[in-house]
Amino acid sequence: MNHMRPSDGLFLLLAYLLLWVVLLCCDATRRSRESEARIALERTIVRSYALTDLCLSGEARYTRHLSQADIHAPFQDHPLALEHFPSGSLIPPPPHLARRTTP
Amino acid sequence: MTPGIARYRNILDFTLRAMLRRRGKNLLVLTLFTLVIAVFASILLFTRSLRHEAGLVLKEAPEIVVQRMVAGRHDLISAEHVARIASLPGVRGVAPRLWGYYFDPSANATFTLVVPPDGGIGEGKARIGVGVGRSRKLFRGNTLVMRGYDGREHALEIEALIPEESELVSSDLVIVSERDFRSLFSFPSGRATDLAVTVANPREVGTVAGKIAELLPDTRTVTRDDIIATYQALFDWRSGVMGLIFASALISFALFAWDRATGLSAEERRETGILKAIGWETADILLMKFSEGAVIALISFLGGCILAWLHLHFFWGSLFGAFLKGWSTLYPYFRLAPVIDPYNLAVLFMLTVPPYIAAILIPSWRAASMDPDTVMREQ
Amino acid sequence: MIELLRVSKVFNQGRHNEYAAVREVSAVIATGRVTVIKGPSGSGKTTLLSLAGCMARPTSGRIWLREMRLPAGLGDGREVELSSLPERFLTGIRRGMFGVIFQQFNLIKGISALENVLLPAYPLGGDMAGLRRRGAGLLASLGMERQAASRVEWLSGGEAQRVAIARALINDPQVIMADEPTAHLDTALSREFMETVGRFRDEGRSVVIASHDPIVCGSPYVDSLIEMRDGDLTGQSAPTPPAP
Repeated sequence: MNHMRPSDGLFLLLAYLLLWVVLLCCDATRRSRESEARIALERTIVRSYALTDLCLSGEARYTRHLSQADIHAPFQDHPLALEHFPSGSLIPPPPHLARRTTP
Repeated sequence: MTPGIARYRNILDFTLRAMLRRRGKNLLVLTLFTLVIAVFASILLFTRSLRHEAGLVLKEAPEIVVQRMVAGRHDLISAEHVARIASLPGVRGVAPRLWGYYFDPSANATFTLVVPPDGGIGEGKARIGVGVGRSRKLFRGNTLVMRGYDGREHALEIEALIPEESELVSSDLVIVSERDFRSLFSFPSGRATDLAVTVANPREVGTVAGKIAELLPDTRTVTRDDIIATYQALFDWRSGVMGLIFASALISFALFAWDRATGLSAEERRETGILKAIGWETADILLMKFSEGAVIALISFLGGCILAWLHLHFFWGSLFGAFLKGWSTLYPYFRLAPVIDPYNLAVLFMLTVPPYIAAILIPSWRAASMDPDTVMREQ
Repeated sequence: MIELLRVSKVFNQGRHNEYAAVREVSAVIATGRVTVIKGPSGSGKTTLLSLAGCMARPTSGRIWLREMRLPAGLGDGREVELSSLPERFLTGIRRGMFGVIFQQFNLIKGISALENVLLPAYPLGGDMAGLRRRGAGLLASLGMERQAASRVEWLSGGEAQRVAIARALINDPQVIMADEPTAHLDTALSREFMETVGRFRDEGRSVVIASHDPIVCGSPYVDSLIEMRDGDLTGQSAPTPPAP
């Protein structure tokens, strides 16, 4: 019968989307194989330069070296100051600062 | 085909035809819902990947970093601290770390200057991260000129660029020798930025850190576990903008559901009545409404997840980039290890698909259970 | 036949706007005949129609279906009393045995005439290709093959009613119920409708029409009249013996 049912169209669309999902899963395997070598390189660099942080955002000291921020850094001048760097509002203060309150 | 499946397919066919009548509205809902899910899924995939990679890479970070504090601010630490920490039992080694920030006016960017602890770089040379290279348009063999704190210009020859695959840790680094570092910043000799302590027994890190804090009350310690925990807590659900995004998405979703619940249109009610009158059961009507919700929700969920993946891994998460980059001009184009967390995806699924179906289904419930003769009486 | 015994239907029971649409009506609708429920508007004829058609339950009284082909697993297969049945079975009876033609036709807008015809068959889970052939055949038999793919809102009143008729026939019902079928038709179309009713009777179907239109009530195809006024039965003419 040449008449296509709407549900056939839906199943085709879902199959198409699932095909994409499968393709992206293949992409994921490929990428995670690639990323092993990259992570090994990153580890070497962290070790040899004694680095402590990821380079996510260089806007401010406490977003560039997140883990090294002292307790006053995330609240630059006042504990209730509004965060003025976009990155700072994405990033919470490091947990060890909240735990240990001595400087 | 068994009658049950044939019945479902027949009802599904009608549902789709009915939805195609309101093509514009349904496409709009589909698009918005897909985008909402794409944003959620991007956040989930991005943070999951970032935490995963941070957890692996930062295992190589110093076991304990000791910083000196002066009046609540991070200050330079002196050589005598090195000797006192080294004398503590359980400490295997203490290495001064020299690092600092250099604001480069021509690139309008802040670089992180680091002296390698093993001193493996010659005087007058520099190794730079690709972010630095990009912002100053520098290549191997070029000269990087920096203005020192003494007002003089310091020229360093670029010995190498740090491989770009490692941008996540190295993008803004400038690796220089100790002599160049001290002269550029007029950094007092006998002082260091902070200390990296290695511990003989990895299980004693906490104890040793405690002893250091006791022995040197003017310092604070950051252990490797603290560092890793910092990145595991990154993009916490409750933090700042993330919370805002989630809250606004939830609110808009609730509004949408409320709109559906109260706004079941007269036309829809009439059609439900007709279907009842011509012999559809309450269950048939609910199956139709369920399909209506499920079709939109499933397509949106799959589409949203696919979009999120493309965004993160083919477009370098450029939306997050805009946030992380903020006002800094130097931003790393890092690739992340793809991590698909079934738990995260299941949570996302449960938070979006069933509520949407419920939002479609529940308002129809009353209409679906109306008496079949309602249509005849209302005319 | 459908037998109603002292059937009442009260709406909004127990509230200030309570009213009885049908009061203590006993009547018989014979199998294979054309029965007209006659009365002015507000007389309760539509309510009586929906009670006899399993679309509503009586507040009191009983309704039997006797000597009809009942869906499998109901009663003894020949006779069933409706008011004791759960809703699920009522729906089964309604869509398996009754076809309804509404006053406003009640077609669903935005989809084609053929789609509208097929609607009552969907929950029964029939094979779609066979269904479409059957629906197209029904439309063709009513002279509507050209309009099968048209959207229903583009059809004229007479065409829309033929779609509604085809829809009532899709599940091959034993009883056709029509509520004020000629209310939106001119005289010629009304007479044509009654001829279609005559065809139904020839095919062995029972037809029940609620109407006060003289063209309907006075039609030669009508075998029996049930007269209503203010919810009360005011007269019932005995059904004539079946035509030879």
